[in-house]
Amino acid sequence: MTVSRRVFLGGACSITAHPLVTPMAFAATPGDHRLVVILLRGGLDGLDAVRPVGDRNLAALRAGGMTDLGFDLDGFYSVSAGLNALEPLWRTGELAFVHAVSTPYRDKRSHFDGQDILEAGSVGLDGTRDGWLNRMLQTMPNTYAEMAFAVGGDELKILSGQAPVMNWSPETDLSLTAQDRLLLGHVYKDDPEFHAAISEALDLVDGGMMDEGERSGRAHRERDLAVFTAAQLRGDTRIACFSVNGWDTHRNQRYSLNRSLRGFSDILTTLKAELGPIWSNTTVIGMTEFGRTAAMNGTAGTDHGTAGAMILAGGAVRGGRVYGNWPGLDEASLYDRRDLMPTEDVRAYAGSVIGDMYGITDTDIESVVFPGLVMDTRPRIVL
Amino acid sequence: MSIDRTPSRKTLEAIRFGYGLPGPSERLGLLALPDRTTVSELARRFRRIRQSNADTPADRQARRDTRIELLRTIGGQARLAVARAVSAENDYEERLVQFWADHFTLSFSQLESLTFTHFFIEEAIRPHISGYFSDMLKASTKHPAMLFYLDQTTSMGPNSFIAKRRPGRGLNENLAREVLELHSLGVGGGYSQADVTELAKLFTGLSARRSDLAFEFRPALAEPGAETVLGRRYGGGAGASVKDIDAVLDDLSVHPETARHIARKLAVHFVSDTPSDELVADLAALYRLKDGYLPDLYRALAAHPEARRHFGAKAKPPFDFVVSGLRALGVTGSDVLQMDLRLMRRAITEPMDRMGQPWRRPPGPDGWPEEFSAWITPQGVAERVNWALNAPKLFGLTEVDPLEVATRALGELASDNLIWAAPKAETRAQGVALVLASPEFNRR
Repeated sequence: MTVSRRVFLGGACSITAHPLVTPMAFAATPGDHRLVVILLRGGLDGLDAVRPVGDRNLAALRAGGMTDLGFDLDGFYSVSAGLNALEPLWRTGELAFVHAVSTPYRDKRSHFDGQDILEAGSVGLDGTRDGWLNRMLQTMPNTYAEMAFAVGGDELKILSGQAPVMNWSPETDLSLTAQDRLLLGHVYKDDPEFHAAISEALDLVDGGMMDEGERSGRAHRERDLAVFTAAQLRGDTRIACFSVNGWDTHRNQRYSLNRSLRGFSDILTTLKAELGPIWSNTTVIGMTEFGRTAAMNGTAGTDHGTAGAMILAGGAVRGGRVYGNWPGLDEASLYDRRDLMPTEDVRAYAGSVIGDMYGITDTDIESVVFPGLVMDTRPRIVL
Repeated sequence: MSIDRTPSRKTLEAIRFGYGLPGPSERLGLLALPDRTTVSELARRFRRIRQSNADTPADRQARRDTRIELLRTIGGQARLAVARAVSAENDYEERLVQFWADHFTLSFSQLESLTFTHFFIEEAIRPHISGYFSDMLKASTKHPAMLFYLDQTTSMGPNSFIAKRRPGRGLNENLAREVLELHSLGVGGGYSQADVTELAKLFTGLSARRSDLAFEFRPALAEPGAETVLGRRYGGGAGASVKDIDAVLDDLSVHPETARHIARKLAVHFVSDTPSDELVADLAALYRLKDGYLPDLYRALAAHPEARRHFGAKAKPPFDFVVSGLRALGVTGSDVLQMDLRLMRRAITEPMDRMGQPWRRPPGPDGWPEEFSAWITPQGVAERVNWALNAPKLFGLTEVDPLEVATRALGELASDNLIWAAPKAETRAQGVALVLASPEFNRR
């Protein structure tokens, strides 16, 4: 935290007046591990993105509608060409995938309910009001306001709850003239809450990427999210989350999915570049509310399904492999004779990551963070 | 921290219980909005198009057109709500409509369902704010929008006529749980999971038609037999009936836990994030004495010494901030009604979204947060400052004098800091922005 920037407003109000930013709070941190959760809203087509080319039924199910084929993973799986930019990460063991996983959500295949369950970390729509990342924070000692950061203008229920969480959208502009700043500082100087909030806001606007000349346009929104998130993770933030849309590929997914995957690859490579040495302590989880139908629909796309893929990246990840149990794509092996069968709970992998990174106990994971989850066969994902 | 000036009674009432100074300037005439039938038809059309995979250019055009029509409908509803608040002849009443709409929260993610919230507020909330709580509870619980939102339309008794023919279908407890936890007794209100399940069984049969958004009771979905909720038996006579459901809602609405829950929520909303036990107890006692007759509660709340003691401790949520900002700038309700929808979006709904309050989409069925700290965040304050800087330009009011705005909107509450700073801004608009961004304008 850069105190010098924070006190630019001047006046009588000291930084320590705000209860959440007392220096005490920084005495202990959850180590150096960084966790980034990226919610892929809309339902990522795992069968196309992380393609089981070794499954003899794939070609018939997906005739003519898939994105171009990218690099080979392990002989059985290849990625979509949209992920080709990630090949160096795969080679260095900083990229992994999990296949045939899903949340416990079944059958109704609604985006809204599916996302609510993904973010609540619950078994069903059972009235859980807070998000699993927030509940994870609640189990950790010595948390502080900037430890967790909700990035972007989209609502992130996954981080809502009792534990304090910072929130900022890199799209927020606050162009104040020097005189505006001076006068606003005067108007806020005797009100610690307003003073702390505006100081923090100006810090975020001033910090790193947000120099006027460097502001990228709307087309680069996702890269902005990654750059901004990395800037926070270089500072006091340890846990960050944002969401990316564009996965609901009902039509012509050859083009739309390719675009979304390229955007996602860009996010990961940007995070790595911006994080520098911190990347080695970082785990990025990309997760979605459900996978898509095994077969193409009549409009060269896919409809809402059940199991799909999860993406893991970062220097902390035991990468270079595809985790999971492949159920097969013959009709009898499909869920409901239409979707990829879920063979594992996606929460078990997220649980494994947070257990290894932050020392969250299995008991806390099973009872607090992901109620109803049994961490019996716990895959070890983090180095 | 709070506001260190002492407000006059008029200022106190306008700011704590209304939408701020100056008071209303006019009375809005009758307003035309698409009615329920038109909107339900539109929503149905949109749903059909969305679910279809048809993808000819004509389909894509139809999808775009319908979406635009929906957005216009929602924009028109938003414009009316803002105009009403800006020109509300009785602010307190309008604030209470918002309060109760939040108590009985709806939050639809789907665009086509978002249009229903307007009808819910006009039909289930507004007509009942000056009556008995029981009438509002019954109207809300049976309103089609609520039945859709909390999944009641998908619920059926496990032994109902229809469930017996459709294996795997059964109860959905969502509405029953929220009626107990959020709408009546409150969490910790002494009910058990068994009460939730029994109430869910009692509620079976409550349904609504998507075709015209009309309520219907469908006996074929209703669980046969009687149910016991909080130790009292309901139903069990010949055939299921809405009367049994009304009876349990009547009983719930006069329950002592409901009295305390409602009393506390009113105190938290209008007085302090942490109201004293005494204030809550006073209001709860009055609620019980009057069987939930609400106007008595409103009067007692406004006259309570604590309403004055904690003045300035609450943050105006974004809607209230924007409405009071429009008033301060001299924008009238008629001006708002004449705004084109693009300006409405740029000047009101999009900024509200960035301040943390997307239009009629609270985070969950428990509604908008009440805590000061939920709104006065770095992002929230930055966007309030942005709105304050942009609003004079957007409304063509760049020649308004900052001190005049301060006097008009804050009366005796303007701080020395603000009076010192506002005239020193580079432009009048920037000076006005300081007034609207000031702590004393954002607190109440």
